[in-house]
Amino acid sequence: MVLPVSEREYMNVAGITGPLIIVEGVKGVGYGELVEIRTPSGEIRIGQTLEVDEDKAVVQVFEGTTGLSQRNMRTVFLGKTLEIPVHREMLGRIFDGLGRPIDGAPQVVSEIMRDVNGLPINPYSREYPRDFIQTGISAIDGMNTLIRGQKLPVFSGSGMPHNRIAAQIARQAKILTSEEEFTVVFAAMGVKFDVAWFFINSLEESGVLDNSAIFLSLANSPSIERIITPRAALTLAEHLAYDLEMHVLVILTDMTNYCESLRELSSSRGEIPSRKGYPGYLYSDLASIYERSGRIRGRRGSITQIPILTMPSDDISHPVPDLTGYITEGQIVLERELFNRGIYPPIAGLPSLSRLMKDGIGEGRTRKDHAGLAAQLFACYAKVKRIRSLAAIVGEEELSKMDKLYLHFGRSFEEEYLSQGYDENRDIETTLSIGWKMLSFLPEEELYRISRDDIQRYYIPDKSGD
Amino acid sequence: MSETGLTGRIVSVNGPIVKAVGLTGAGMMDMAEVGPYRLIGELIRFQNEIAVIQVYEDNTGLKPGDTVTTSGRPLSVLLGPGLISNIYDGIQRPLISLEQLTGSFITKGVKASPLDVDRKWSVDITAFAGEEIKSGIVIGGIMESEAVLHRIMIPPGVSGIIEYIAPSGSYTIEDEIYRVKTEKGIFSGKLANYWPVRKPRPFREKKKSTVPLITGQRIIDTFFPIARGGTAAIPGGFGTGKTMTQHALAKWCDAEIIVYIGCGERGNEMTDVLNEFPKLVDPRSGRPLMERTVMIANTSNMPVAAREVSIYTGVTIAEYYRDMGYNVAIMADSTSRWAEALRELSSRLGDMPAEEGFPSYLATRLAEFYERGGYVDTLCGTEGSISIIGAVSPPGGDFSEPVTQHTTRFVRCFWALDKILADARHYPSISWIDSYSEYLDDIKGWWTGVDSAWHEIRTAALNILLEENRLQQIVKLVGPDALPVEQRFLLHCAEIIKNGFLQQNAFDTKDMYSTPLKQMKLLKLMLKFFHEGNKLLGSGVELKDILAMPGISELTRLKSEIGNDEHEMIDQFEEKLLSGMFELLRNIKDGASGV
Repeated sequence: MVLPVSEREYMNVAGITGPLIIVEGVKGVGYGELVEIRTPSGEIRIGQTLEVDEDKAVVQVFEGTTGLSQRNMRTVFLGKTLEIPVHREMLGRIFDGLGRPIDGAPQVVSEIMRDVNGLPINPYSREYPRDFIQTGISAIDGMNTLIRGQKLPVFSGSGMPHNRIAAQIARQAKILTSEEEFTVVFAAMGVKFDVAWFFINSLEESGVLDNSAIFLSLANSPSIERIITPRAALTLAEHLAYDLEMHVLVILTDMTNYCESLRELSSSRGEIPSRKGYPGYLYSDLASIYERSGRIRGRRGSITQIPILTMPSDDISHPVPDLTGYITEGQIVLERELFNRGIYPPIAGLPSLSRLMKDGIGEGRTRKDHAGLAAQLFACYAKVKRIRSLAAIVGEEELSKMDKLYLHFGRSFEEEYLSQGYDENRDIETTLSIGWKMLSFLPEEELYRISRDDIQRYYIPDKSGD
Repeated sequence: MSETGLTGRIVSVNGPIVKAVGLTGAGMMDMAEVGPYRLIGELIRFQNEIAVIQVYEDNTGLKPGDTVTTSGRPLSVLLGPGLISNIYDGIQRPLISLEQLTGSFITKGVKASPLDVDRKWSVDITAFAGEEIKSGIVIGGIMESEAVLHRIMIPPGVSGIIEYIAPSGSYTIEDEIYRVKTEKGIFSGKLANYWPVRKPRPFREKKKSTVPLITGQRIIDTFFPIARGGTAAIPGGFGTGKTMTQHALAKWCDAEIIVYIGCGERGNEMTDVLNEFPKLVDPRSGRPLMERTVMIANTSNMPVAAREVSIYTGVTIAEYYRDMGYNVAIMADSTSRWAEALRELSSRLGDMPAEEGFPSYLATRLAEFYERGGYVDTLCGTEGSISIIGAVSPPGGDFSEPVTQHTTRFVRCFWALDKILADARHYPSISWIDSYSEYLDDIKGWWTGVDSAWHEIRTAALNILLEENRLQQIVKLVGPDALPVEQRFLLHCAEIIKNGFLQQNAFDTKDMYSTPLKQMKLLKLMLKFFHEGNKLLGSGVELKDILAMPGISELTRLKSEIGNDEHEMIDQFEEKLLSGMFELLRNIKDGASGV
């Protein structure tokens, strides 16, 4: 390989703190430039400049600084930003957190090198996502519809089945109007080996492993590497979607670990922290990942993102879920109480939301009554929650007849509508008719969110309760 | 302000903050071009010989030693015909032109004129040579869109005798239209002029506004109205519908010009506006909404420094149209992202943080921004206004955080979004308990023109809702059946007002927008039902009989079944309802006399 002219080598490492090294005596180093750190043993690590002065550069080392010494370490500034090769052949392969193959097969050769940071999509060039994705999960399809090109995270807590839900979506996701398959790009950040193995296994079982690319930065990899992992995965996804016109489903797990790496980096730089020690730019940084999804006018491909994050102590107001929710187009929230009652998937009825649902459903897409039905289910379930808190105080016997009907509706809703099997793939018609069955437990007058036409057509009054 | 530029050399780069030497003598807030890509930046601070520059584009690859050139003028926006229907990033780069230049992704250093320089505008000149003019005087007009007449004004700071003026005809924004002989020399006037973004445009006088900005949203217009030229904040956690509310306001409020600032928010939301606005028709002008809209889109993944300036770019454009005598409304979504940009930049500058890492000047900046709104006498002798509606995104939905708290000090309308309402998909999820408006007295006169009893109706309805809130506390402890029958009836009436009046479906063609008259008629009907119902209860009619009356469930549906111009149907419904109630009363009396 011919060395680029701008490549420069220095040996004066003035300091090492956390994942950062400070190199002195440098000349003409650029901001965000890629750096190779070569140790005497021949090991090469890579890093990136975070701050450059006239004679000094602060470099973050993605593989961590463990084992580095101020002496005998050579730092080479490469005069370019961190780039990875992208190619169709990367499907069916497994990479480390920096995009290097770890499956024993040869290095990817491609003429196309892309900066992992990508470029912002011109808001004017975006195509508004509208294609309904049938995931086969009622709680999602019926009430929090996933749309092709959407970014819809799963907010979970430790021990809850977020991985199973994501795997089920990856397996069952389907567009009703076309035969096109989803290509899966999976990025694991700081998760245990078994989680990664579960996904790989699940993709293999459903026969899509050859059509997937996997990026692993496991719990035992250096924390700082995780800053790059989602970006490397998305760089490949963008190539597949916008150059090769594929429909890509990107699963990122676990974003909380990513944010912790960012916090670690920020604190070793001595930056002023904002909430819970996370840097003030956490929102912008997360946005630079999540916003890399969507559709572009005039191109056929799409990127649909399902980031998974675990909320520390199930707290939705923790900075990571909070800032994520402000960027993503809704959220699927898992609820501990449902989980404890053995309901799978334990998708919380009320805090879950899909912002793109309104334009992806209805006549010609799913069914005319879908929007009204979903709104009514939400409203009724909200009332159930109110009545339950009342029942907790006055006792169920003291409730009015109507309130009791609502409680009955609530239980059935959770046990029949929300609950379903890991292998159960419900089509949208089934989901909608279960929804109407739930509403049949309530009198017609209560259905004020649904148009009269739809009530006449779909509502089945329940006679058994009388 | 030095007219000629200076050239300096970069000494350090830290994210969007660049330090350079050799720029001593340049003006504070001057615009600079940085590095080989000539990235746009602004001089924000001088420390001895070092100048601190905030760069508005991605500056990866920038090196110490690269050059910086100052332009000799402050960061400015170009104001002229062609702004309407356009979409810009935070530093007024036209996104449509950028797409033509670099495709679907924004590459760095790309430049394009904010206004089309080749387009010929049909200009109608109304002034004459020899006429004495001063700043703000209108000398002609252009139909910028079917809905907007663009008035050509003499820029602020220019006055004298018109020496030459071109005849009516077709001109580009670069053609000379007029020459004014001023005290300082000859001023050559064109259709477009630059104005510094951080400097408010002058006007004659600020005034009190007595006219509400009608939004078509019932909870706002009837309960928490905003005056033209007013300021309002919409705080709410994620998923409470800030953006949906902003969109509804941008669509239906009766301002003549809308400036929609997407500041650090989602790309798809801007696309949604871009798709929808050309299709939706303004009920007043009968033209597509896009023909009165200017959009600023600096989404969350675009450079953070440009996000900081996007708010000013938007408000400067708004002031320009206000100066022509228009009522302008600004939607800023979200001011919290702007504040965060401020925090990020100040932290890179090493400023001492105040609350939660925000700089101590956060409150001052917020105040300056909201103060650029208002109802004014313009320099051209007409009246114009800027209403500012800013969304606030408090972390964790906690209103005690600094941005929400400071914002409440500078706005007079507070539309608090409620998580519980949003969870039940009750939109707009504006809480009737926590929200307030300080404009009630100012605009009372206007509303009295719609219905003389506006104030009484509003108060009565709000009291029912507040009473319901209080009763719900009791219900939580003892259940509803323990309440006296009048209070149980009140709970039902409050439910009718909530579902049939406050809740509004933004996607229902009849419900998405309500005229003030329809709002009044609906609410009066509900109050009538409440009062008459109470009378019936007093005469011994049973609550269940009242609630079983035909038409009760219809009360909550009227909003979406009766159009804005079908008021008589509400009257008819009222007659039907009252006769039903009369029937109940008669039955009771008959029953009593029969015994």
